[in-house]
Order: sequence, then C-alpha cells, then structure tokens
Amino acid sequence: MSRLADSLRTGDFVVTAEVAPPKGADPGRELDLAAAQTGVTAINVTDNQGANMRMSGMALAGLMVRRGVEPVLQLTCRDRNRIALQSDLLGAAALGVENLLLLSGDHARFGDHPDARPVFDLDSVQLLQAVRQLNAGSDMAGRPLSSAPRFFTGAAVAPATRPLELVYQKVVKKAEAGARFFQSQAVFDSDAVADFMTLVRPLGVPVILGVLLLKSASMARFLNRCIPGVRVPERLVELLDRAADPLAEGVAIARDMVGVAREHCQGVHLMLLGREDLMRQILF
Amino acid sequence: MIISEPKSRADLDRSLEGAGRIFLVGCGACATACRSGGEEQVFETQEWLLETGRQVTGSVVIDEACHIPRAGRDLRLHRSGVEEADALLVLACGAGVQSISASTDKRVVGGLNSLFLGNIRRIGSYEEKCLLCGDCILNETAGICPVTTCGKGLLNGPCGGMEEGRCEVDREQDCAWHLIYERLRRQNRQGVFGRLVPPKQWSRRRKPGRHRLGKDRDGDVAPR
Repeated sequence: MSRLADSLRTGDFVVTAEVAPPKGADPGRELDLAAAQTGVTAINVTDNQGANMRMSGMALAGLMVRRGVEPVLQLTCRDRNRIALQSDLLGAAALGVENLLLLSGDHARFGDHPDARPVFDLDSVQLLQAVRQLNAGSDMAGRPLSSAPRFFTGAAVAPATRPLELVYQKVVKKAEAGARFFQSQAVFDSDAVADFMTLVRPLGVPVILGVLLLKSASMARFLNRCIPGVRVPERLVELLDRAADPLAEGVAIARDMVGVAREHCQGVHLMLLGREDLMRQILF
Repeated sequence: MIISEPKSRADLDRSLEGAGRIFLVGCGACATACRSGGEEQVFETQEWLLETGRQVTGSVVIDEACHIPRAGRDLRLHRSGVEEADALLVLACGAGVQSISASTDKRVVGGLNSLFLGNIRRIGSYEEKCLLCGDCILNETAGICPVTTCGKGLLNGPCGGMEEGRCEVDREQDCAWHLIYERLRRQNRQGVFGRLVPPKQWSRRRKPGRHRLGKDRDGDVAPR
C-alpha cells in the first residue's frame, strides 16, 4: 500500500507537493527538487500541465520511485486514447507508481501546441472506472491481464467553482467511479471550503485541499483572469497590493488556508512554484 | 445542412495550376443555402476564371451534388463541356466533390471547405450542434449534445474549467454541461446525471462509412 493511501486511511493529515517534468531530456534538477522535499507524503507529477509539452510524467514518476520519493502520477485524457492510457498505466505500475490523479486535462488550445488534436476519448470519470477495472485484473475490453496493478486513485475537485450543485454532480460520479481521494484546485476562500465540505463529506472520500502560494497582486490577478476554477477574492488582491513584502503576505494567506484545511479537510496539496523553501513556514 | 465556405482565390488558383479550360459544378442544396456554391457563386467564379485567363467550357448546378447517381447523370447531360475541360471545379461540400470525382476520370478541384453539419440561425449564421457520432445520448441530456457542444466532448459532466456556466475553451460560450444541468432541472429529471456514462463507442461512427437504412447496428432489422 502506498504511503499516501496508508496515511489517508489512518486519518493522518497529509501534505502533498507538486513537481513538473522538465521541458528537456534531463530530469536531474526535478529529481533533486523532489528528493529535497522532506516532510511531504507524496509529490504530484504533472502531465503536460496547461497543455504545454514536457517530459512524460510517467518517466519522471518512475525515476522518483527509484530515488525513494513517492509520486502521485497525474494522467490526463487530453493526449491519449483508451489504448494508450491503459498501456501507460501498466507501464507506470511496472515502474512502481501506485498513486494516480486522473484528470480530464486542460484543452490543447491553451498550451504551446494549440493546433494539436485533443483526444478526450475518455473523460475523468471513465478513466477512474478503467483503472478500477485494471486493478481488478482486466482491461476495458474485459480481457484478462497477466497481472493486475494496484493503483490508489484520486480525482480533482474545484470547490470554488459555481454553480456548486453542478460541480457536486460530477464529484458524486467520481466517487462512484472509484476516486479514493480528492485533490482540490487552489482555494482562497474559507467559506467556499466549508460549503464544499458540507456537501462532499457524506461521500466519505478524503479531500486534500489545494493551497497555492501567491507571490504578488499581479499573480493573483493573472489567476483570476486566466486559470479556470481559481478565484482570489478582491480583498486578498488588495492586501497583496498594499503589502510592503507581498511574498510574506502570500505566505500568511497560504498559512491561513492550511489552517482551514486542518479544520475541514484531510490534507493540503501545496503549490509553491519554486519556493519550496517556504514549506515549513507555511505548514507550521 | 452541411456548412461550407469558399476556399480563397489564391488557394484555388494554385489548385487549378496548369488547367486552362474549366467546367464548373455547383450544388443546389446545402452550398446554395450557404451561398458558397449556388447559381450566383457559380456565376461569380466563372467571372473570376475568365479574369485569370481561363476558359469556362460549361457549368451545371446539380440538385444535390452528394447524390451519386444524380451527379453522374447531370455530368453525362453536359458531356461535351466536361470532355473539353482540363479540370472540373466543384463548388460543393466534400461529399459533393466526391460524387463528381466518382463520375469522371477528369481532374476534379474542390472549391469549398466543408465545415460541419450545421443548424441555421439565419443565412450566414450557423451553429454546430451534432457531430454525427453515431452513438446518441441526446435523450439523457435534455436535447443538448455534449459530444459536440462541450469543448472536450465529455460525457459525465463539466470539466474543472467550467466557470459561472461558461466554457473553459471559449468564455463567450455557455458550458454545455451547465445548459444540460439547468434544462434537466427545469424538467425535474436527473437524466445523464443519474448514471455513469460508459466510454463512447466510436466504432459506431463507421469509417469507412456506408450505411443501409432499415438495419440496425447489430444486423437486426430496425422497427420502422
């Protein structure tokens, strides 16, 4: 059983972080970064994040396993059909990857290859079901596997997205399809977290709250303008605008959200964007 | 209706390189309604061909250029013009172009880009609402097709990019799943939210496509 699965099962407060594969053939820097992050339960490896072409996350996750770092491999439906997804999943299992975060994926038009054909042969719900079937020893066509993987599967949720009732419909489907944990999009509004958790708690799936380090007011405005599902309240944007040291203010905001997570959720997913050195300050 | 738009003149000029004598074909159905390949456009194209120093050996607007026997028959009725030509320039959708190219060994040049199966708002304003996927779930989605109108073609609800009922891919557009949800709610139905929709059977979108009405996919005779 993965450390993440074990911690969530026993009710520990988990901390996950994130590393993006390099845009290049040498993963040395990213591996060092991952290995340096002590005190986290597992590290997400993103999958061509924002539809920007990078090294295969499966490769980086496999190398992390070798270094003794536990990955959460993110896998999107954007770039692969059901044959490629299942094939990559078996490969990931062989490399020792146990945790998965299964996503629809950002549309290709936002990335650095906007003319690419987006695939979306499956959606995130169907991919969750496919992994459950692989775990049970057969592929999506019902054919037996010579040996089954043992994945611990998670899905994404966006607590601040409205209308919440519609978001909830999809969350229920994800739980039914086999999501064993949720990692959330970055949230900056404690009321949104509380409302979301009231709805979702009865499903019995642990939620790891997304906490993003805001470095400046302009970054906050960029998020509001360009990142779907992320909403920085105007109050916080003004706070960052007025702050003598915006980064310190961003750390304080992140600390607050960690507090909200400790109250309502089972963990935090920290997105510190190169300032992993501030992790202890944000957590304790 | 199949929505089509004219290729650029520069594009056409390149495609017609080396062809001095042209026979023009239009389509009386969709391309006429789209104002891309009716009588008027055939005439305009003829004017342009003459300006470029080419000869026009004749022209015809076929009722439905996609109708394979009809296209063949109409071309035979214009045999002399067709035979004199170096190339046929066809102002019809891709299906029309291929009816023509199946009816003659002459060089056939398509003059339009086929865009999609369109609903008509008014002439010149069209919306794509059906992708002809062959595995229809409209009955569960309150008559709104997510395969076509969701930016990602998702089957089980909105993606994380939905915001205030708008689509991640184009904020000017409504999120298909928001529309589906709202309409189902007004109908007091759970519809597609009541089950996990399995992966799409893309095999139902037969390629290469050939279809005989009256037989369903499993080979049984469909009820009429």
